[in-house]
Amino acid sequence: MMSRGFLPLLAIVFAVGSAAIAWETDGLRIVTTAGARQLAVERAPLSLPDVGLVDQDGHAFSLSEYKGRPVLVDFIYTRCPTLCGELGDDFHSVLKLMSGTGAARPIDLLSISFDPQNDDREALQLYGDRWGAKARGWRIAAPADDRSLAALLQSFGVVVIADGMGGFIHNSAVYLIDGHGRLARILDPDVPPQLLAQALRSSTP
Amino acid sequence: MNIRLLFIVSWWLAMWLLRATLERDMAVHMTVQVPMLIGLGLLLAAVVRPYELRWLAEADWLGIPGIVAVVFGTSFWMLPRALDEAVADPFFDMVKFLSLPLLVGLPLGLSWRRMPSLGRAFIWANFIPKIAAIGGLYLMAPTRLCAYYRLDQQAVAGWTLILVAVALGTLWFVAAFIGWPPYERKQGSPPYSSSRRRPVRITAGRGHPSRCRER
Repeated sequence: MMSRGFLPLLAIVFAVGSAAIAWETDGLRIVTTAGARQLAVERAPLSLPDVGLVDQDGHAFSLSEYKGRPVLVDFIYTRCPTLCGELGDDFHSVLKLMSGTGAARPIDLLSISFDPQNDDREALQLYGDRWGAKARGWRIAAPADDRSLAALLQSFGVVVIADGMGGFIHNSAVYLIDGHGRLARILDPDVPPQLLAQALRSSTP
Repeated sequence: MNIRLLFIVSWWLAMWLLRATLERDMAVHMTVQVPMLIGLGLLLAAVVRPYELRWLAEADWLGIPGIVAVVFGTSFWMLPRALDEAVADPFFDMVKFLSLPLLVGLPLGLSWRRMPSLGRAFIWANFIPKIAAIGGLYLMAPTRLCAYYRLDQQAVAGWTLILVAVALGTLWFVAAFIGWPPYERKQGSPPYSSSRRRPVRITAGRGHPSRCRER
């Protein structure tokens, strides 16, 4: 016979179990870390720390200099044989798309290397040349120091792991920083460049 | 202190100290560390069974609340995000180290004996294709599901899960059709003989005495 405590116990197990699953999957919407991050940013833009960077021309600048200008950001390392090529191609297409439209405001693209040990100024320059970034609002930069790098990876939610062959594996995404300097959207790199360009254009300065 | 309890706790501590090693690879994480933590809970169940609270044992009618906890717990720790967080955050990993033995292994050990054999068969028949399906998903996913594991590790994890499913499925098939251990063959009678009184045994576990009395 069914005991008296059975239904209450079952109810408790069900409540706790489904609450845990719902919490971990954001109400069955996501199952991955990247998905969770994407959803969180879409709900409320995240503020970012102001970090120091050095670009391919040796100019030191900080992330806050972009305030008032939305910017698309990606994370790369220049020796990357795979994903960073896709990302570079994405930004190249965005540049081509947007420079044709005669947009009033400058196009701001920023590729940040998470491998400052190997990516010196020369390496950044080569990467920029390879993808046609020269002097057209696309900066290839490396963090000024290790603390800036850690703060960047942490705040953008970028996870970099060794690929076992001397390179890295990293989440590849394109990040939109809005005019207020907040992380406003995380876009998959395989969306068409038109969408990336549109995201940049439609973001409020 | 109970020597068996001491063994369980020291094994648990050793696993905690070795957590980085056992989590470096996705397949090892999913098919060695997680099952071992559940196994510690099963051992714990054997130790605490004589001291089980009477009202709790009665509330666990036919082992249903217990097995529901097991299904929730195992599903939770199959989520890629949960694996990621366990690797990245020691606090979250401690949640795993506590929840798998206490909320999955322990209820499994305590409730299993209360479950009717067809119920056990139902759980097995659900669990085995679930592992295979998750393995297939990991294998076929073109992108990485875990931020902390490489795509090749994900594929190895997928294959390992499928192998585990095949192995468990084979074992269970033998148990269901022949009996486990398959001693009936040794007694000279073919397992498919219809003259046997019990040609089919669903699982190896004992029946449920209290249920028999009710009938």
